[in-house]
Amino acid sequence: MDEIAIRIEHVSKEYRLGAIGGGTLRGDLQSLVARIKGREDPNSKIGSDSSKRMGERFLALDDVSFEVKKGEALGIIGHNGAGKSTLLKLLSRVTAPTKGTISYNGRIASMLEVGTGFHPELTGRENVYMNGAILGMTKAEIDRKFDQIVEFAEMEKFIDTPVKRYSSGMYVKLAFAVSAHLDSEIMVMDEVLAVGDMKFQQKCLGKMGDAANSEGRTVLYVSHNMNTIRQLCTRCIVLDHGKLIFDGDVEKAIGIYMDLSRDESVEADYVSYIRPNWIQADNLRLCSAKFINKDVNSFYREEKIKIEYNVRYSKALETIGLRFEVRMLDGTAVATAVSENIPIKCSDKVQSFSASYDVSNLVEGVYKTYYTFFTYNEYGNYRNIDCVPGLQFSIVPPDERCIAEWDGQQWGFVQLPSPETKPERSELNG
Amino acid sequence: MNEQHFNTVIKPKSGWFDLHLKEVFAYRDLIFLFVKRNFVSKYKQTVLGPAWAIIQPLLTTVVFTLVFGNIAGLAPDSVPSFVFYLSGTVLWTYFSNCLTQTANTFVANSATMGKVYFPRLVMPISTVFSELISLAIQYVFLIIFLVYYAAAKQGVQPNLWMLMTPLIVLQLAMLSLGCGIIISALTTKYRDLAMLVGFGTQLWMYASPIAYDMFRFTAFAPGGKWHALYMCNPISPIVNLFRYAYLGTGAIEWKYYFIGWGITLALLFIGIVLFSRVEKTFMDTV
Repeated sequence: MDEIAIRIEHVSKEYRLGAIGGGTLRGDLQSLVARIKGREDPNSKIGSDSSKRMGERFLALDDVSFEVKKGEALGIIGHNGAGKSTLLKLLSRVTAPTKGTISYNGRIASMLEVGTGFHPELTGRENVYMNGAILGMTKAEIDRKFDQIVEFAEMEKFIDTPVKRYSSGMYVKLAFAVSAHLDSEIMVMDEVLAVGDMKFQQKCLGKMGDAANSEGRTVLYVSHNMNTIRQLCTRCIVLDHGKLIFDGDVEKAIGIYMDLSRDESVEADYVSYIRPNWIQADNLRLCSAKFINKDVNSFYREEKIKIEYNVRYSKALETIGLRFEVRMLDGTAVATAVSENIPIKCSDKVQSFSASYDVSNLVEGVYKTYYTFFTYNEYGNYRNIDCVPGLQFSIVPPDERCIAEWDGQQWGFVQLPSPETKPERSELNG
Repeated sequence: MNEQHFNTVIKPKSGWFDLHLKEVFAYRDLIFLFVKRNFVSKYKQTVLGPAWAIIQPLLTTVVFTLVFGNIAGLAPDSVPSFVFYLSGTVLWTYFSNCLTQTANTFVANSATMGKVYFPRLVMPISTVFSELISLAIQYVFLIIFLVYYAAAKQGVQPNLWMLMTPLIVLQLAMLSLGCGIIISALTTKYRDLAMLVGFGTQLWMYASPIAYDMFRFTAFAPGGKWHALYMCNPISPIVNLFRYAYLGTGAIEWKYYFIGWGITLALLFIGIVLFSRVEKTFMDTV
């Protein structure tokens, strides 16, 4: 299985910023004449000298090299503008690289956008053939796969209706089904799963997983959704500003990607923070928060996280509580600690109180938090009165490793206290 | 293992003559489907359907017959001017439709081409084939009139040169494809040319014996001072051959017919080279 399916060597892609050329023949001729005569280009921006024109270029990809083995499912992650889509475009031959070489074996089925070439006037059936042919299938191949495609898309009833009458979900389902059934050795995908209902998304992921694992196809997948990356990919690369900054294990790659958005601060100031619109009341405002027991934001599980809050509580309310909400960096909610009655009084001065949180049940990882103040009355009505994004913290492993590495994706991010186990009377033994 | 063989290698720039014509053949099913798509989508939700293919050239012919034939008197006397103009219009409609549509290939299809790879030449080639369907409908229409005029002994003399029809159509197709893709290759960066296409084809028509009988003008007729130049327009010998075969009017000049083929092949070759040159990166500039 060491056969290489795709090899990318020193690939760069350069774009020129701003307008391309003069846009008209006349403009470019003017520039040309000016250059020959040694005069200033009448179309250049005022104040920019022509030797600086190289600076107007932009490297969407900068000397990227990697290899993908046959049967691998490679995830590609990075922030917007990191070059992910450019890379996929080069791979699917929509445009050519400026430098470097891309070599691969077999056909590439690219799903940069599903439903390419769908014509609204044609029926589902006609479009399946059309789309399949655009993706490189022959008519005979589509004939063979047609029933599978329709069944996968769950479209038996509507296949002879023009696609302009389809709902957007139906459209995408059919389009994905065609792409997924293409017998290509390499599949390239750019967040196609952002559409369709949950059930269909799971079906698609399953299909792609099969493609990589049991059919020996190579899958390249770009997404911002770390969960699907974890579910599908066996290896992952991280792009940042056109450069390849990591290549390897999926969890590590996600960690590095998250690190790019990670915050190391131990103190936060909220005086100038603009609250979202849904916070109507201004009885209480959090001014600042900081960790008081440590000067870094990483903690061992047995440590408590102590936070000092400074608040301005100017209009009286019955009771005030505070929720400490813990989330994953991608926004998945993990756990919340609630302080039901915090010890502050209504006053003009800024007051402080501290809270100490027990995080021994949280598994290792980086978390972000939200601090939400709320008020409630004896009838159980409550409303939020202030909410701010809190400090990030990370739980780091102790020096001696635990028995097994915690698989957060499967097991969750909360470890319940170890249960008591004791022998019971066994009925079989009597 | 380090020197593994790859069957596809993408490099920044390839040579001028790296044409991948074999690949176009491998995508022949796609050409067929594009043809079907163009045809079906063109006439969906119209009452008259493919009848529209006849109406447009028919009206043009009527106008030509009235204006250039009856009023200006530019049609030959030996044959009814209606079928003289109809024969010219059928050929010209095919040529000009192919030309204007292929010239627009990159701009019109950038949405599809920006998402997925297929040999870009498939698009203009399928346009040329789609237009064949309209041509066939119009051709049948022309034959009906010919039969009528021949039966009525109106001076129409169809002859065995009609067997040249496939070659005539092939040459028209290749010529329009060649010119069209040259323009499409040049318009990815400068849209100016696209503005010229409509006007240019109009001018070209008047430089060809479509709306008048060239033998009426001494300058264009054999022996005239513009004759050689006029006949270097590949359309002129094609139309002359077609009219000679179906109506028995005019004359065939083989010298210019073969020059016309030479020009056609040269234009097509230049077109394919230019097209292959820009197809790789046109998405960045279109």
